Amino acid sequence: MEVFLSQLFIGLSVASMLLLVALGLTFTFGQMNVINMAHGEFVMAGAYTTYVLQTSVFGAGAATLAFGLSLPLAFLVGGALGLILELTLIRRLHGRPLDTLLVTWGVSLMLQQLARDIFGAPNVQVKAPSFLEGGVTVAGVSMPYTRLFIIGLVVVALIAIWLYLSKLPAGRRMRAVVQNRDLAAASGVRTPRVDRLTFFIGSGLAGVAGVAVTLLGSIGPTLGTNYIIDAFLVVIVGGLGQLRGAIVAAIALGLANAYLEYWTDASLAKAAVFALIVVFLQFRPQGLVVTRRRGLA
Amino acid sequence: MARLGVTRLLAILAAALLAAAAIAGCGSSSSESDAADTGASTSAAADGGGNTIKVGILHSLSGTMAISEVTVRDSELLAIDEINRAGGVLGKQIEPVIEDGASDWPTFAEKAQKLISEDRVAATFGGWTSASRKAMLPVFESNRALLFYPVQYEGLEQSPYIFYSGATTNQQIIPGLEYLKEQGARSLFLVGSDYVFPRTANKEIKAWARANGVEILGEEYTPLGHTEYGTLISKLQEARPDAVFNTLNGDSNVAFFKQLKGAGVSAREMPVMSVSVAEEEVAGIGPENIAGHPVAWNYYQTTDTPENERFVRAFKARYGADRVTSDPMEAGYVQVHIWAAAVEKAGSTDPEKVKEAARGLTFDAPEGRVRVDDVNQHLYKTARIGVIEPDGQIREVWSSDGPIAPDPYLRTYDWAAGL
Repeated sequence: MEVFLSQLFIGLSVASMLLLVALGLTFTFGQMNVINMAHGEFVMAGAYTTYVLQTSVFGAGAATLAFGLSLPLAFLVGGALGLILELTLIRRLHGRPLDTLLVTWGVSLMLQQLARDIFGAPNVQVKAPSFLEGGVTVAGVSMPYTRLFIIGLVVVALIAIWLYLSKLPAGRRMRAVVQNRDLAAASGVRTPRVDRLTFFIGSGLAGVAGVAVTLLGSIGPTLGTNYIIDAFLVVIVGGLGQLRGAIVAAIALGLANAYLEYWTDASLAKAAVFALIVVFLQFRPQGLVVTRRRGLA
Repeated sequence: MARLGVTRLLAILAAALLAAAAIAGCGSSSSESDAADTGASTSAAADGGGNTIKVGILHSLSGTMAISEVTVRDSELLAIDEINRAGGVLGKQIEPVIEDGASDWPTFAEKAQKLISEDRVAATFGGWTSASRKAMLPVFESNRALLFYPVQYEGLEQSPYIFYSGATTNQQIIPGLEYLKEQGARSLFLVGSDYVFPRTANKEIKAWARANGVEILGEEYTPLGHTEYGTLISKLQEARPDAVFNTLNGDSNVAFFKQLKGAGVSAREMPVMSVSVAEEEVAGIGPENIAGHPVAWNYYQTTDTPENERFVRAFKARYGADRVTSDPMEAGYVQVHIWAAAVEKAGSTDPEKVKEAARGLTFDAPEGRVRVDDVNQHLYKTARIGVIEPDGQIREVWSSDGPIAPDPYLRTYDWAAGL
């Protein structure tokens, strides 16, 4: 029972990290059909933002302040990078998914090398704020504060996105473009502008994920490559552009990883999860949740 | 547009990942131009008419291993600089030709061939992972060219064209195990990355444990680049071993130690002995996350010798005061000096003559005096166990009585008979 509960917590914790990285992709992939291979590098940019704030701006003494400020700042840095990418390249490759894929992959390599030139090849370290040290034990399950914080961060991000999509005019325009781009355009929605905004928000979320990564993993030029494939899996299993789908898929993948790894080992669990996904896609190639596109095509 | 099916997108994604793998395989030699710009004419053979002697430096400057290998390149270039300033070898300046192995093993083989046949280098310093060394081995053997390999490895190899300047098993892993046993550890849990070095090392560790009455409570491997250690840590907490033996490589160490600390497991209750975590990695993990855990190496930045004081000072002067020195970097530095000394002694850069001259050669390295073994071309090295301090440095707590003779096949250990 205790094992069941502790793996449940680990599974949810894995899921929260997956979801945080995948959230932004769900939008850009879903709305614009852009497979953004540089998404992982926006995560890296977020992590380095935290590092720069802590070491160069505030110094190690103010770790908590630096960490708190890095959340909004990483959103802006990630978003700005995404916006530049959209304006300079992706906009010109509209409707050519294969080309955007290669282009963004090239951009991802360039960003990695840029990080290596600026920050050096070795990993850097971000000090976790003191209030995240330690953990709490409930019903025999030890829960580190860092993992609880990331779960909380995802919940906040989800609520914010949900409010944006359902309450704000800009969010409603975004949903309109996802459902039927041509009709939305014909109804007076300026789709290029919506695209830009989507890309900004999606990339900004990657930056926020980067801040979370500093609590659990390494901060180096190739950080993004560790997360990008799992994030794509979440998007594909969840269904394109589907918040609900992404949540369910992330939780399912997180739990599957946690329990399978407990029974076998990490390498085997990874292979088993891939196998499950292949089988799943045979039966449901559109993913868990299907967008009802209101189009004739 | 509206219906670009998911299946098609999936197919595209799969194609992209394949393409990624393929292109990564081709690699890129970012510094080829450096080499071409600086040098004398490329047609000059290694110790032929030109006034320089070319040597190859072949490490991963991009990809996942760049984190570690770039630091070794730095210390090798420092050694070349020192030798050049002291007049070079055989009266000629050494000219490094730098190539990028791109963390991709076939690229290492390809670049090694290029260095040998196009640049006609006198020797090559390079590699880090055992996979890259295994890929380069046939190239150097078939060309009868020399490779100097600077990193500790799993043993069970002895190529006539490779000099091994890092530790083999009996100079690092076995002393590490003996130390844990001496500290009272009666049970171990083995954690490693899923590739040749950890799997071979763990085979040897299990044989040692059987002979020494130490119980192995578990053995777990994670893929390279793995970032999620929650499950593995809960397995550790359940098994409650006296100590953990860690052969994880690269980024995974950062995730493992951060999450271990997050789970509230202290070095006091479950020390983790690492063999691939040096000063450079400690800085990336964060000293506060790993302080108190033991490591096994042959050299630390704090090693107290006059040669080391000079080495650390020279390194910091060249690369910045915030840089640290580590065991593989020291081995990289030492192997360049050993090659140069052997060339001087042989009066030639001819590989066969250099090999002959290198037999029994000694060098006062930062880690203390090392000697090249007469037969297996490994170094006699002193084993040192250290404990990581909160400031990121490693404090030595135990060392062997003088240099240990390298024994890559563990022939002097009865328990290793069946390996």
